[in-house]
Amino acid sequence: MASLVLEDLRKSFGAVAVLHGIDLTMASGEMLVIVGASGCGKSTLLRLVAGLEVPTGGRILLDGRDVAPLDPAERDIAMVFQNYALYPHMSVFDNMAYGLRIRGIAKDAIRTRVESAAEMLGLVPLLTRKPRQLSGGQRQRVAMGRAIVRQPKLFLFDEPLSNLDAKLRVQMRADIRRLQRRMGVTSLYVTHDQVEAMTLGDRLLVLHQGRPVQLATPMEVFEHPADTYVAGFIGAPSMNMFPAALSHGGTAASFSPDQVIAFADGRRPGADGRKLVLGIRPEHVAIDPAGMLLQIDLIEPLGSETVVIGRLPDSELFSVKLPGAAPAAESMAVSIPAAHLHVFDAETGLRLDPVGGG
Amino acid sequence: MKGRIDWSAHVVLCLGAVLFLLPLWLAFVGSTLDSSAIDRGELSLVPRLSGLSVYATVLREGAPGAGPVGHMLLVSFGMAMTVAIGKIVISVLSAYAVAFFRFPLRITVFWIIFITLMLPVQVRIVPTFDVMASLDLINTFPGLTVPLIASATATLLFRQTFLAIPDELFEAARMDGAGPLRFLRDILLPVSAANIAALFVIQFVYGWNQYLWPLLVATDPHLDTIVIGIVKMIGNETQTEWNRVMATAVLALLPPVGVVMLMQRWFVKGLTEGDK
Repeated sequence: MASLVLEDLRKSFGAVAVLHGIDLTMASGEMLVIVGASGCGKSTLLRLVAGLEVPTGGRILLDGRDVAPLDPAERDIAMVFQNYALYPHMSVFDNMAYGLRIRGIAKDAIRTRVESAAEMLGLVPLLTRKPRQLSGGQRQRVAMGRAIVRQPKLFLFDEPLSNLDAKLRVQMRADIRRLQRRMGVTSLYVTHDQVEAMTLGDRLLVLHQGRPVQLATPMEVFEHPADTYVAGFIGAPSMNMFPAALSHGGTAASFSPDQVIAFADGRRPGADGRKLVLGIRPEHVAIDPAGMLLQIDLIEPLGSETVVIGRLPDSELFSVKLPGAAPAAESMAVSIPAAHLHVFDAETGLRLDPVGGG
Repeated sequence: MKGRIDWSAHVVLCLGAVLFLLPLWLAFVGSTLDSSAIDRGELSLVPRLSGLSVYATVLREGAPGAGPVGHMLLVSFGMAMTVAIGKIVISVLSAYAVAFFRFPLRITVFWIIFITLMLPVQVRIVPTFDVMASLDLINTFPGLTVPLIASATATLLFRQTFLAIPDELFEAARMDGAGPLRFLRDILLPVSAANIAALFVIQFVYGWNQYLWPLLVATDPHLDTIVIGIVKMIGNETQTEWNRVMATAVLALLPPVGVVMLMQRWFVKGLTEGDK
């Protein structure tokens, strides 16, 4: 258990800046998920903390001690890799014991630790097997076991579930969360999968092109995305976004064709005509006979829900998530409830919150 | 693969086997005949069992023009082993450096190694001889073996093998606390065991078959390899004892064949049990 603080952590590869200064404070025992599209620098961030890359600037404080100059082995950090990185010629037992042996821990203690970890992960019958004799999920658990037996200050997960099939992923996701809670080890978890991010993290850090965009709890990120990037990235299907302009003295937005929607939560700053981007999540779109006509393009039944993708007049693709089955028509009338509207500035992409709480 | 025998394939295989085995068989039969019978061209296809004692004779005494074959076998074996093991040690280490570490001039070093591919012993034989002479290594065992140890081929091969090993394995070992040498010993060598076995076979045979370099650098009969010995037995001033020459040739074949057979098990095992 340890706290982790990153101060203005930067990394460039040659002239290319990959991370533009990350500040982060993690409480002891917290699970923080770093999420972003590929190439956003999230893996680099993890590798900096691990010590596999040397930062260009900034500090990494583990329990108050700057570990940036230390070798990975001296940092007391364990990492679970995306492709598991198990030693192919060693048995499951040896894979887990290797790090302990190097640290010169007594044989009996190693056996106890490995066996208790194996029990926790359901690996006891597999201890003598080689990695190639294991399924993907089992390998994944061995990789977890290798991290657990070390009893490190910090766990790092680098997209550990992305090589698993969908069903196993859901199961392992829950297992990881349970295990992390039980052991109370501070954890950094990198993923591009927003469902994993939402379900696993105490908090999320959304990275975009090497910059932190939002650091908040999953629900906060979902309900109040900081900008259009986060809004589009978190939530499935993605939030519908369309251009609009500020009108009626900042209390409403107008968008084509001839629609005006009054803000439910108050006036936005700026002059009338300020360019906006409005966002509405597909599940918040309401069926309203008096609303706009949506030409249905594609229907994706998900069982308990149905996603309808279509076009509003003059608009990009627009998706609607309906409880139950889809309407058997070529079009449907929908409206946008003001209470669920997200308002962003069109130029900066940043969220526009109401002024003065009014 | 339906359990049905493919006769045409069998016939081709058998023909091939006969084609390769016949000369060997003739050498073996010839070794058991009288030297004068071979001189007259009376080569049979049936060995003369009483002639088998020629093997004991050549091992102990050799033949006119050359010393005991037993000693030559030892020299050849020592040389082939030193060259093969030396090549593997040197090239594993240099490939490890080139593949896993970032250091100044890494690419330059790699290219220099690469370019030496174009400079086999035959090309650099005069300068190499000069170097050995100034080091006083003419007619010594190190002089016989050391110049043959440097190997660009093996270095490149290991580099490719090492590059195919996922970086995460190296990183996982680093996080587990393994230093570079420990990683080499505990992870890299076991993982590349199949390649090492294969390369050992190739390099052993290479070392065993060396002719030109031993001929130049080791004029002392004490350092005669078996390949040199065979040549010395033929066409010297006394009459060539063909049965002894053939016995020596058969003996010269055995160690490389043995190494191939022994290691083949190993590297086939390595190949079939490999990851993936």
